[in-house]
Amino acid sequence: MALDFQPVWDWFRVLHETSGIKLTIFYDNFDRWRFFNGFLTSVRLMGVCLVASVVIGVVGAWIQGSRLRALRLVTQGYIQFFRNTPPLVQLYFFYFALGSYLKVTTGNGMSVPIVSNFTWAAICLSFYAGAFNVEIFRAGIEAVPRETLEAAESLGYSRLKAYVYVILPLAFRISLPALNNNLVNLIKTTTIAYAIAVPEMLYVANQIWSDESNVPEMMNVLLIVYVALVGLLVWVMSRWERALTIPGYSPV
Amino acid sequence: MIANRSDLSVLKPFRFSAGEPFRLRTLHGVALVLALIVVVGIGEAQAQAGGRPGIVATILKWTPLLAQGFALNIAMSFMAMAIGTIAGVPLGLALISLLPPVRAGSWLVTQIFRNAPWLVLLFYCMLLLPFEFRIGNTIIPLPGWLKSTFGLALPVMANTAELVRGAVRSIPFGQWEAAESLAMTRRQTMWMVILPQCVKRMLPPWMNLYAILTVATPLTSVVGVSEAMTLTGDILSSEARTELLVPMYLYLLLWFFIYCYPIARATLALEKRFAVK
Amino acid sequence: MPWTPDQPLVSIKDVHKTFGNVEVLKGITMDVMKREVVCIIGPSGSGKSTLLRCVNALVPIEKGSILVEGQEVNDPKLDKLALRRKVGMVFQQYNLFPHKTALENVMMAPVHVLKRDRKEVEAQARALIAKVRLTGKEGSYPGELSGGQQQRIAIARSLAMNPDVMLFDEVTAALDPETVKGVLVTIRELAEDGMTCMIVTHEMGFAREVANQIYFTDGGVLVEHGPPKEFFANPKDARTKQFLDQIL
Repeated sequence: MALDFQPVWDWFRVLHETSGIKLTIFYDNFDRWRFFNGFLTSVRLMGVCLVASVVIGVVGAWIQGSRLRALRLVTQGYIQFFRNTPPLVQLYFFYFALGSYLKVTTGNGMSVPIVSNFTWAAICLSFYAGAFNVEIFRAGIEAVPRETLEAAESLGYSRLKAYVYVILPLAFRISLPALNNNLVNLIKTTTIAYAIAVPEMLYVANQIWSDESNVPEMMNVLLIVYVALVGLLVWVMSRWERALTIPGYSPV
Repeated sequence: MIANRSDLSVLKPFRFSAGEPFRLRTLHGVALVLALIVVVGIGEAQAQAGGRPGIVATILKWTPLLAQGFALNIAMSFMAMAIGTIAGVPLGLALISLLPPVRAGSWLVTQIFRNAPWLVLLFYCMLLLPFEFRIGNTIIPLPGWLKSTFGLALPVMANTAELVRGAVRSIPFGQWEAAESLAMTRRQTMWMVILPQCVKRMLPPWMNLYAILTVATPLTSVVGVSEAMTLTGDILSSEARTELLVPMYLYLLLWFFIYCYPIARATLALEKRFAVK
Repeated sequence: MPWTPDQPLVSIKDVHKTFGNVEVLKGITMDVMKREVVCIIGPSGSGKSTLLRCVNALVPIEKGSILVEGQEVNDPKLDKLALRRKVGMVFQQYNLFPHKTALENVMMAPVHVLKRDRKEVEAQARALIAKVRLTGKEGSYPGELSGGQQQRIAIARSLAMNPDVMLFDEVTAALDPETVKGVLVTIRELAEDGMTCMIVTHEMGFAREVANQIYFTDGGVLVEHGPPKEFFANPKDARTKQFLDQIL
């Protein structure tokens, strides 16, 4: 029941023959397969990082409210490191510096890294975005006026219940714009995985244009696809934001 | 109505902010130096054991080269910021134009350059800008770092435009009303009333943008520019010593920190000065 | 047909205004003669502020007509600038330009809009600032002035355009009680000097003192009007009575 796309691919082949626009990712099977896999890898990386960074953010914000000073300090240290250093350097640090220690010698004496480059990229980027998310969530919680918590408690809510039913919903709405911004930045930053040879879209496009010498076409395709992906996220996020707005309080 | 009085952030318009502003503190510098000392110490021990020259000596040996590379990073950041701002301000004004086609066109441009990953824009400029430029009979060469600078200027332009638009929208509507009822034209209102008030508001996030830009300049190493990051990689591969890896990268981080820290303090000071009304 | 002083300075006929789904003005008709001081009172949301903004063409109207010195405001080809030179408006939130000193605030519009000579404008500005009893504050920025002082500078700023009619939109509502008096005195002096005024206010005592006519609006409709003595002593409509009972 496969849909027959062959006419579509052929159209692109004809396009190349007539106008010289070389979009092999459509009419050449190998390139098409390569690019599609690169696209999937990119999307997979983005998805993993999105989810993981939000989880890290929530956990981190929770820990920040803990009584144990040591715990808070450790979290602070993590946050400050990831927020104030270039993500590319972090990536190299993880992959080359830390990765060089995490090697395992296989049977034939070769030293193989335990953690793949995709995993390193995912870890590094999740922690990078997670560090910002911790701050964002924390700021959101702090922005809810203390009086609201007092009002909730004086109505009989326990601390935990007050947080769950009153504070967190408000804090979440407050954080949402900054969170959206951060997540958008995150999926743009995933391109740096190129630097450690993760076969995501940019990397694969590089391979293709080296083979086929169609740099302008590939660059344009890349630009369009990335802008579309980011645009999609922005759109989804803004729909969500709008769905959550409290009537009568909308700013501007 | 609550919106006038409360400082509940949910009621405020969305400001450009990658979470909390990039705030470097003395603590970070201290932590970085401490980490460096610890790691260098360990590295020295390893080096002594292997009978090779000490880490500190090696780092110092390569410092002049690193300084040159870092100077390129700074130069690129200045130029990209300048070009991006000069292009971004008119773009921002176009975003609030009364003419629909101007608004739509500038919105499209802003969206494209805000949504595209910086690395992709860098590749784009590196590969698709010509390596030399002809005007009449003169040939102007475009070196790689200059093309990368253009590539960096593009997102700066888009973000500056958004900054401008956000700042204009954050001016209370009463200012527009007052100016209008004094019979000022829209142009007079913009230039004499609204924009002067915007400058103060835009300064801290604009400086924040510069900090982000500076920290993003190492991306150009991926497209082959010989700046501090590339040079660090080159140094490491020429020395080929694993105990040098961590210290070198920390050292590079220290350079960035020393540069960005005063800027972060200045931004903080400016924010405080302009914050309270 | 050129306007003459025996005709109303501001003539509002059957004005309707809708915001979204809500009809805020449901057919208001009133006339303001030259040198007349008119106070518009009523509960919040009754459309009073909107009405003033319609007179000044800050808000377009759907139906009806507003004539200011014979000029139709509800006209797509209206020369807004010409209108606003005749009509001055003072707002509840003062809306002074925070980046300019008091003197500059007062001088800006005459210099840049009316293109008058700077020295002449400065002299007039200083005189106006003296008139609102703020001599010595010319060099202060709005942030350094109290609310009442800012409001008086705002009044001076509007007066610098030499308008024929002044609109006051609840100008004392955002002030502390102590500073309210200063502003009211200023407005009263203006009225006594013969300026035509349309004042939206909650200050009943002030309205009773200064107004020639009181208009009461409720729910976008003009319920009742009359000279203050009569109006406050014998309100005719039930809604008026209810409102006055709440306020007084």
